[in-house]
Amino acid sequence: MANKQISQMGLPKSIANVFAARNVFTAKDALSLTEFELMELLDVGLAQVTSAVAHISEIVCPPYQTALSLMELRVQNEHLAGHLPTHMKGLDEALCGGIPFGVLTELVGPAGIGKTQFCLKLSLLASLPASYGGLDGHVIYIDVESKFSSRRLIEIGVKSFPEIFHRKGMAQEMAGRIHVLRPASLSEFTESLQQIKVSLLQNQVKLLVIDSMAALVTGEFEHAAPRQNTLGWHVSFIKSLAEFSRIPVVVTNQVRSQSRDEICHYYFQVQSWNETIEDRTRHDSHLVAALGINWAHAVTIRLVLEAKSDQRFIKVAKSPISPPLAFPFNITSSGILLLSDDGIELTGPDINAIHCQGHNDIINFGGESLQ
Amino acid sequence: MEVGRLPISASQRGKLIAAGYTTLSSFSSLSPSHLARAVWDWILTIDNLVKRGFTLVNRCCTCRYCEESVDHLLLHYLKISDNEAAEIMRVASHSHRLDGSAGGCGTVNGAQTAWDMLHEEEMFPRITTSCEDLNNILGGGINCKEVTEIGGVPGIGKTQLGIQLAINVQIPVDYGGLGGKAIYIDTEGSFMVERALQIAEACIEDMSECGGLLRKDFQACQLKMHPNNILENIFYFRVCSYTEQIALINCLDKFISEHKDVKIVIVDSVTFHFRQDFDDMALRTRLLSGMALKLMKLAKDFSLAVVLLNQVTTKYIDGSFQLTLALGDSWSHSCTNRVILYWNGNERYAYIDKSPSLRSASAPYSVTSKGIRNSASNCKRIKMM
Repeated sequence: MANKQISQMGLPKSIANVFAARNVFTAKDALSLTEFELMELLDVGLAQVTSAVAHISEIVCPPYQTALSLMELRVQNEHLAGHLPTHMKGLDEALCGGIPFGVLTELVGPAGIGKTQFCLKLSLLASLPASYGGLDGHVIYIDVESKFSSRRLIEIGVKSFPEIFHRKGMAQEMAGRIHVLRPASLSEFTESLQQIKVSLLQNQVKLLVIDSMAALVTGEFEHAAPRQNTLGWHVSFIKSLAEFSRIPVVVTNQVRSQSRDEICHYYFQVQSWNETIEDRTRHDSHLVAALGINWAHAVTIRLVLEAKSDQRFIKVAKSPISPPLAFPFNITSSGILLLSDDGIELTGPDINAIHCQGHNDIINFGGESLQ
Repeated sequence: MEVGRLPISASQRGKLIAAGYTTLSSFSSLSPSHLARAVWDWILTIDNLVKRGFTLVNRCCTCRYCEESVDHLLLHYLKISDNEAAEIMRVASHSHRLDGSAGGCGTVNGAQTAWDMLHEEEMFPRITTSCEDLNNILGGGINCKEVTEIGGVPGIGKTQLGIQLAINVQIPVDYGGLGGKAIYIDTEGSFMVERALQIAEACIEDMSECGGLLRKDFQACQLKMHPNNILENIFYFRVCSYTEQIALINCLDKFISEHKDVKIVIVDSVTFHFRQDFDDMALRTRLLSGMALKLMKLAKDFSLAVVLLNQVTTKYIDGSFQLTLALGDSWSHSCTNRVILYWNGNERYAYIDKSPSLRSASAPYSVTSKGIRNSASNCKRIKMM
């Protein structure tokens, strides 16, 4: 709507022509100027400018819905009221049914913790027939780190849904619904995003996975500062993709270690400064998500995958619907599995901490897959 | 006040200055027809000069071929009609009034005495946050007629607080609420209906608990307060670009005058679109301050509360990174109150960063399945800073 032409808005001819004559063509152009600036530029009186701006605003202004109609719409039109179930009972309950449509869900965790496993499982679930709790659609998987493994995908499928995958041709059909893209640079990624926009509308795409977002930028920049800004466009674009096609979008994020002068506080918290530094040095690891705070604001749901005291946990670190819960999990040949459906409720900022302690000792996936 | 500052078009301004009217007071006592006449007179003097033998200017400098006359000048260049003069006068007298009030005159139209304002403030109940400690430091809750900015790190509970307020504004007057409606402007797509439903149910539950003790006509009230009714009274706008955000805020006064019961406008978050893809920082500041002014006017005109949610950013100060709310220093002037949500140890705290009437203080709160509530470890008293 922002790029709507002023000439097509039904303004009085005289004033519409003045706008066009001064190169103010779209609503975005007009509303990016203050009323005084417009008067100066168009050389017309305040009253005319005010009424023109009011008219343009009214046309560009999005319509409203009541929260009730929003809910009814979701319940009526969408499978499972707009959620992709993860088939991990505890997590699904916490998230009111699964990964929600229309928003960004982020997976953060150290290398090898199971982010890609999670993504593979979600891709599989989205492609399953609706009768098995899937979305019966296509999946676009943007694999930046070249970690996508079709063999592993089929293995997860065969182990978790033997009844489907043992049917002839089904494995081929399911795997055929997952389209993997491998952009090598940020510019290639940008290009493929724009292509996706078109194909999302044409095909029955029900899930978009980006694994991983951080790998795209870590290669190009050394410092944290430019990283925040380079993704600005991508953040809004991916969010709007999710919104308009009403599909779940899952992105993964890496971790990096935090340097000490980066520990952030507000100015009024200075008293506790020394205390925190001590506190931090006592920790065995201080990892933070690789993409900065701007990115963290943009994702709607953040799931942290971590390893602590010889156990892996998946934590609902940011979610508008779920309390801060942590679920112990394990990775088996049938994919990521929760060990308990009752989450442990965490208090405090611990929910955001990313621990990486000894998870290498507890990988038993290698042993199992040999069986 | 100079003519240059009047909100009239550039060509009109040019005519006034050409006729010798450079300040507002020089023509504010004239009537519209006088003004039109005065501009005429200026031209007549030229004509008189011509008549007395100054032939130098006898040719129109642009047309060359025809002799310059009053009619010609007026017709082709000045064209100041009675109508136009009336318009200039109207604008001028309006500006003049504003000028006068700034001068500190006692009984001016549109002014309100401090005493009246105090009374009015007491008349309006505040919107509770459902967390007593937080209400205490806010002086009872979110105040109507004010713009309150709430910021914090991701996942601290900004959206939660926003949804909670959208529901709490609907608590009926009988229960000490406002019985109003809410506008929720979602720029990030983070509003979750499921969550709003949960909080609405919990809110009704809480009301029936205290209502059962206090009131006999509770049954009637309960019928009215179904979670669906609460959801029905939240007007949800999804905004997808900053242009739409500005357009929507331009249109809000019209929308609110059609829906009189709206008592709170929540923008979640005011930052998002202005943070992505914005190169011209000066333009950003101008647009933001224009928007803030409109919101402030809205708050005053309709006596409603405006709550803006803001994100945080890191800023390099004195050799270390510090967290501050986003959008820069000039933006931080545009809100009446500023509340920062932060982690303190294992608890969520709210800190009053800026307010003309409240002392700076912090208080713990928690986000539960029912919404925003008192912190679990309630024994801790509010710490005054």
